[in-house]
Amino acid sequence: MAANGSPKPEPMAAKKASPDLLNSSFSFKSLKLKTKQQELLLRVSILGLVYVLAFIARLFSVLRYESMIHEFDPYFNYRTTLFLTEKGFYEFWNWFDSESWYPLGRIIGGTLYPGLMVTAALIYWTLRFLRFFVHIREVCVLTAPFFASNTTLVAYFFGKEIWDTGAGLVAAALIAICPGYISRSVAGSYDNEAVAIFALLLTFYLFVKAVKTGSLSWALGSAFGYFYMVSAWGGYVFIINLVPLYVLVLLITGRYSMRLYVAYNCMYILGMLLAMQIRFVGFQHVQSGEHMAAMGVFLLMQVFYFLDWVKHQLNDTKLFQTFLRITVTSAILVGGIALGVGTASGYISPWTGRFYSLLDPTYAKDHIPIIASVSEHQPTAWSSFMFDYHILLFLFPAGLYFCFKRLSDATIFIVMYGLTSLYFAGVMVRLILVATPAVCLISAIAVSATVKNLTSLLRTKQKVPQTGSAKGVGSSKSSSKVTLDQSQPFHKNGAIALLVGVFYLLSRYAIHCTWVTSEAYSSPSIVLAARGAHGNRIIFDDYREAYYWLRQNTPTDAKVMSWWDYGYQITAMGNRTVIVDNNTWNNTHIATVGRAMSSYEDEAYDIMRSLDVNYVLVVFGGVTGYSSDDINKFLWMVRIGGGVYPVIKEPDYLVNGEFRVDKGASPKMLNCLMYKLCYYRFGELVTEYGKPTGYDRARGVEIGNKDIKLEHLEEAYTTSNWIVRIYRVKPPTNRL
Amino acid sequence: MVKSTSKDAQDLFRSLHSAYSATPTNLKIIDLYVVFAVFTALIQVAYMALVGSFPFNSFLSGVLSCVGTAVLAVCLRIQVNKENKEFKHKTVVTNLRGIVAMFVIAV
Repeated sequence: MAANGSPKPEPMAAKKASPDLLNSSFSFKSLKLKTKQQELLLRVSILGLVYVLAFIARLFSVLRYESMIHEFDPYFNYRTTLFLTEKGFYEFWNWFDSESWYPLGRIIGGTLYPGLMVTAALIYWTLRFLRFFVHIREVCVLTAPFFASNTTLVAYFFGKEIWDTGAGLVAAALIAICPGYISRSVAGSYDNEAVAIFALLLTFYLFVKAVKTGSLSWALGSAFGYFYMVSAWGGYVFIINLVPLYVLVLLITGRYSMRLYVAYNCMYILGMLLAMQIRFVGFQHVQSGEHMAAMGVFLLMQVFYFLDWVKHQLNDTKLFQTFLRITVTSAILVGGIALGVGTASGYISPWTGRFYSLLDPTYAKDHIPIIASVSEHQPTAWSSFMFDYHILLFLFPAGLYFCFKRLSDATIFIVMYGLTSLYFAGVMVRLILVATPAVCLISAIAVSATVKNLTSLLRTKQKVPQTGSAKGVGSSKSSSKVTLDQSQPFHKNGAIALLVGVFYLLSRYAIHCTWVTSEAYSSPSIVLAARGAHGNRIIFDDYREAYYWLRQNTPTDAKVMSWWDYGYQITAMGNRTVIVDNNTWNNTHIATVGRAMSSYEDEAYDIMRSLDVNYVLVVFGGVTGYSSDDINKFLWMVRIGGGVYPVIKEPDYLVNGEFRVDKGASPKMLNCLMYKLCYYRFGELVTEYGKPTGYDRARGVEIGNKDIKLEHLEEAYTTSNWIVRIYRVKPPTNRL
Repeated sequence: MVKSTSKDAQDLFRSLHSAYSATPTNLKIIDLYVVFAVFTALIQVAYMALVGSFPFNSFLSGVLSCVGTAVLAVCLRIQVNKENKEFKHKTVVTNLRGIVAMFVIAV
């Protein structure tokens, strides 16, 4: 009676013999120990395989290109980690950076989440201590896959807590390759989410464990997990709102208990104290509207505890009722007055734009164009859900059904986590990442419970002829077995067919995930690849070419103006001061740059002189057909600039509401700085066979203004595929 | 109407008082500690109202550490109270020594 494990390409749950077949365990008692050991071995080996799988599934880009940091934000994190390892923690914590946001500078020590950098630096120092002299960049690149593997372990323990070990194993396997998580944790994507999801799941697991056992140690653990989460990502607001909401739901459904009291109070107070150690968070836990729910629930818990205690002391219900009435009304009154006074006087700040747009998705579009312009913040399309979740999408409702069948404190939590995170995932694409662990866990419950039922169906079929010989079988049982006997062949075939179906679904899931990871989520964004005419692969390394040109051919105090997307990369690789970068903390400064890019050359020259700009960098995709270039982003520059400087009006650049760059484009568009810088000398170039000169391959049109003369700028460098173009700002002409 | 509510309140107080004096001494000591911690926190809040909240860090740390010790003491009381039967501890924390050790670490 060995544990049942079917052969499969991807690890699936191993089922221990269900305990209702007591007859068999009596007669095979001597084998029981061996089964337990076998089962332990199976579990450990499955977890080990899942751990390795999670790591290697994320290594596609390292194998195809090289071990480098991807995208934009990770470059800033890399630069800060480099600084941390070179200068030490004290310098890092008090760092004022004058190389970005010229002339304002940026207080880096107080405006970042240090968790990721400190984690990577610790790993680096540990490896150095063990005499592995790796470069910090390697550590940074591989931090995300390493923490993804750790997340699978936490998912296993969490699944074990909610349901049983089988669900835990399936959850670990699902989350190891789920594309929703892989998209932000692939090797090279050195971003906050890489460790934040691990911290999130860890905090939730420890909290659920604390609620289940009511012991202080787990509550302590969850407070520290929360501290790690706060240090790692701004999304900790999700935890500090979900946990109180969960506690509130438990209170409303009458599941108040001492364990809940101990767990929540300990976690809230200690977590809040610890969270205030991060300078970026500061006093928000007592002053910001987003954190007030937690405090409200904390006070409500005290009221509940007090009421419970009084009820316990008095053994008279009538007296207790009056007391209840008095207390509840006074508590609500006091709470309401305090909240009202706090919000009205401005002491409690209202919800910030970033989080308010989650509740009201149309808010950002009207009021804050910078938030609306980030592609990750757009609402999610159905195709994204299917792409990122595949079969988990319909396993999720099935899992919800199972959770509702067996309601406990833990399952209520995972249901709430799943539903709230799915709502937010629907509002913003980026938040699919936060919903992924919940979806994986709930789907794992569905898979595990279904497979368990099916295999137990199969196994009772096998046991039926044998139980007749065992002792202690009641008459009622034998009659039920008779009916089972009659429908035996049909049920057995049905169960086998369904099991094969489940196996097929899971294998398709694995194939889909691997394909998605390989095709969609492994591109470093800074190195582009395309297929040549003969099917060979062509690599465009223009970005790094341009940044290194900047690094080696410009004076060290040169200031570079570009659109804010490239700021982090320029400071990290080009090592030059930039005007605006990805932090986007100062909207007016960005609007100034946007205004400069969309004005005529003379006005733009005045703005550039006022900002001490020496070089201008633009990204142009007309020669290669690269569509994420500055001309396609141009309308956002206009909108953001126009949001602060009313002199920039969006309709000036459009023709009949349409954005065009060919002959029919508006005159302001054809003569603005961005147009000139992108298309300078482009009119002489033949880009495609059979098309006229100056044919823009990204827009698919021939450009309107081919004869461009620059008065105040001169071309400094254009990369080999014309993707990045750098211009030098000429000093003012001598006045005669 | 007023008289009945005041009579109810008096009955309330009396029964509460009699029930409370029945609790064992060690729990009463913990209760006293909790009251002391909360009282310290209230004094700090009153001081802040008088003198102003600069530096906010020290005010917050003072108040929250008082509240924290109060909460932890309450948790200790819950776990030590023999009348609470719904605690299923892990084997580490079944005995009194383990509970007190956890409390000390948390503080």
